[in-house]
Amino acid sequence: MSGQVQISRRRFLQFAAGAAGALIVGVGSASAFDRPVPLGLLGDAWSQLGPYLRIAADGRIYIGVRDPDNGEGTATSLARIIADELDADWSQVVVEQLGLGIEEGNGEPRWIYGRQHSGDASSIPAAWADLRQAGALARWLLFQAAARRLGVPAEQIRGAKGAVLAPDGRRLPYGDLAAAAAALQAPSEAPPVKSADRYTLIGQPAGDVNAHDIVTGRQKYAIDEMLGDAVVAVLSRCPFPGGTLDSADRDAAKKVDGVYDVIDIQPEQGQQSGYTPQAVGIAVLARDTWAALQGRVALKATWKAGASAEPNTGALEQHAVAMFDDESVQPSIVRNDGDIATARKKAARALEATYFQPWVAHATAEPPNCIVRLDPDTSVTLIAATQAPRQAYAVVQRLTGFKPDQIDIRVPRGGGGFGRRLQHDYVAEAMLIALAKKSTDIRTRAIKVIWTRDEDLAHDFYRPLAVHRLNASIDAKKKIAGWHQRMASPSIQKGRGVADNRLWQSELMPDALPAGLVPNFRSDWYSLDSQLPRGEWRGSPHVTPTFATECFIDEIAHSLKANPLDYRLAMLGDAHQLPYNGRGGPIDTARLANVLRMAAEKIDWTRWLRSENGLGIACAYVWGAYVAHAIEVAPTADGIDIQRVVCAVDVGRVVNPSGLEAQIAGATMDALSTAMNLAITVKDGQVQQRGFRDYPLSATAQMPNEVEVAIVSSTADPTGASVMGVPSTAPALANAVFRATAVRIRRLPLLRELARLR
Amino acid sequence: MAQQGPTAPVPVPKAGSTPPVSKPVREGIDLVVNDKLYRHTGDKTMPLLWYLRDELRLTGAKYGCDQGDCGFCTVLVEGKAVASCTTKMEKLAGKRVTTVEGLADGQGKLHPVQQAWIDEDATMCGYCQPGQLMAAVDLLSRQKNPSDADIDKIGNLCRCGSYGRIRKAIKRAAATMKDAKA
Repeated sequence: MSGQVQISRRRFLQFAAGAAGALIVGVGSASAFDRPVPLGLLGDAWSQLGPYLRIAADGRIYIGVRDPDNGEGTATSLARIIADELDADWSQVVVEQLGLGIEEGNGEPRWIYGRQHSGDASSIPAAWADLRQAGALARWLLFQAAARRLGVPAEQIRGAKGAVLAPDGRRLPYGDLAAAAAALQAPSEAPPVKSADRYTLIGQPAGDVNAHDIVTGRQKYAIDEMLGDAVVAVLSRCPFPGGTLDSADRDAAKKVDGVYDVIDIQPEQGQQSGYTPQAVGIAVLARDTWAALQGRVALKATWKAGASAEPNTGALEQHAVAMFDDESVQPSIVRNDGDIATARKKAARALEATYFQPWVAHATAEPPNCIVRLDPDTSVTLIAATQAPRQAYAVVQRLTGFKPDQIDIRVPRGGGGFGRRLQHDYVAEAMLIALAKKSTDIRTRAIKVIWTRDEDLAHDFYRPLAVHRLNASIDAKKKIAGWHQRMASPSIQKGRGVADNRLWQSELMPDALPAGLVPNFRSDWYSLDSQLPRGEWRGSPHVTPTFATECFIDEIAHSLKANPLDYRLAMLGDAHQLPYNGRGGPIDTARLANVLRMAAEKIDWTRWLRSENGLGIACAYVWGAYVAHAIEVAPTADGIDIQRVVCAVDVGRVVNPSGLEAQIAGATMDALSTAMNLAITVKDGQVQQRGFRDYPLSATAQMPNEVEVAIVSSTADPTGASVMGVPSTAPALANAVFRATAVRIRRLPLLRELARLR
Repeated sequence: MAQQGPTAPVPVPKAGSTPPVSKPVREGIDLVVNDKLYRHTGDKTMPLLWYLRDELRLTGAKYGCDQGDCGFCTVLVEGKAVASCTTKMEKLAGKRVTTVEGLADGQGKLHPVQQAWIDEDATMCGYCQPGQLMAAVDLLSRQKNPSDADIDKIGNLCRCGSYGRIRKAIKRAAATMKDAKA
């Protein structure tokens, strides 16, 4: 038996009997089911576990998690959203990471699991919209089956800890009911989800479901897979964007013991950035990683810059400033409210500041890697950490021409993502190596491509360098009457099929605060030219604009001798909503004021004026989340000592408080480390950084002992968590440094700039 | 995958006794990894990391940087934390190596450090954690009651920024180990 229930215009719930008396429940979208689905696909043939939810006869509940987990905690939080709706016993739940769910439908791919994407903190909001209903359907079916068996009305049955309870105290474990439930008729409409007062798991802290495997070394990342006896490949890549090979001693490389072959790789013409290798390179294929590394040394590859050299970092910044100063340059007007020119004429005082933020890299703990087993006639198996498995599929499909059922993409836990794994250059590169003609003795073996750290740092999709110039016109009542924000950056969207007049969309958001709070407001974006690949980076496009904005508001408050907390609260004014044309909107000013007050109270902001230490504060609205950071810094002889870091956060309803706290604290540490020390720089046409000595991520000694996270209790629909702690961290730090040292930081990385100015 | 030939494990001799001098099939470097004896017959300059990962298929120690800077590949050699990516096999003759796979006891009971990591929910992406655990075991073997300053000497990187919980987990493990002794 099987059935389906429509839950919205384009989405369906499905259920079916699985093998050995199991009940399987999943969610589909209309695109996948607008043609008749063969019933055979609805059984356990779907996958061993079934999509999303499989209740086995022994009571164990297998929950498949569709979104990749690169440390965001989705494997835990998405599973708990389903398990709570089902009144499951969490100790009976087994969580499995789903690979890419794809099947053939008249030559087109069908996405069995709907969206499968981990980026911009979107997994939980999407899950809230559909995964809960999968749990509710399973619960409804189990209750109906129990009602028949026990002879009591289904309305009188309750669920608790993986069993149904009848009013007379009789108890039936879910496992005993699974087969009967799977044989029922579908309900006419989707069963309602639980009311919030009956949550048992949502809102309670839970440890990561993979923790035991991680601490015992059993957790397999893509880089740990061998698919039998894979050949290991490492590459030497051209360090000049758009450059070419000058010379390489391929014979010397092949003579190294254990090296099998050497293969040249080229970016494919006409492919978008992120879908093809980003640089010309030479792959050394060998018996093991060490042999491949030695082969790469023996290659002695040298490279030539391309026709147009990448500008040095300083030149790019100077160009940005020159554009701001040149009225003949026409920017993209991102937003224009009122009239900033009139506001400036009437202003009692005017302020201007320019903020410089460098290129930064992702430097994921697990560097890019990909393992492929290709049988050119029949199938391909690929294992890769990716935040967007469908994009990996697009690359594999294009390069093989295979049908969906010939492509098996497995997505293990990833060692960090931060946006790097939204790009699939490393998948394309591994596929091209797998497809290349090779020496006969390795032709049938899997290929495992590992990026070394030097290559990772020199060939990232960097967060774009950004220069922001801000002008404020202050009226006689000390209010901001006019605000002009100009941003220059090389757009992430360039080279991705986006029209030039839309390139600003990845860089600066029209409704970003203080838009809506200032009557005369304009934001402009200027395009900078660069050949460096760039991509999303944890929280972009909120990150660099928030640094500039929140530092500038601090400067304004200081110039008016105002307390920067009070000044922000006055700007937000009485509780009201600001229209927000993007995910999570509208902006509720009261919720933002609330997190500001919470952070201030926790750090004891009343000390702000008299403390010898510097106290700094900043806030951000990030895709429906409201975040404020307060940081306390003591000056030291050679820099600063971060003494306390507080973050207050309102993400709506909290699914897993332990996971949220980890994400907020981790993002805060990430943002501190990045703001203090990290920069990618270009000199003589190439990226200079090649390791953790010149790209020095902070170790624990440079970090605060803890980040104190205050979580707002809320009943609003949940937002995500993974990026929310980033945007307001760096400005809170810079504002604290100003109070501690009287040095205003307008250039990152902060410690280098502080040393220069002190 | 079954161990074969030169890397096949053999029972470890009791402490104090010398390894059996049976006729070696091939010259090599004998070392003990997680209480099993192995003989490495390949390149003597191969870093321990790649021997563990590619030959023994012990993938708990992770690759991170090649330069001993990140600590993802940290293992214990004679009980001391080292970066396995910069430790050459030729330095390991007769040495005892412990990886994260060897931390729990033979029955699977977790080491107090492993349990503390779970109890503090400190893992996040988890990639650096095997190295963090080994660094913590080394620290706790020298310093039963580590201060924050002692913990600050651990240079292992955590890209996710789980440093606060790692710090708490080390202190929790220290307390557990003290209780176990008492």
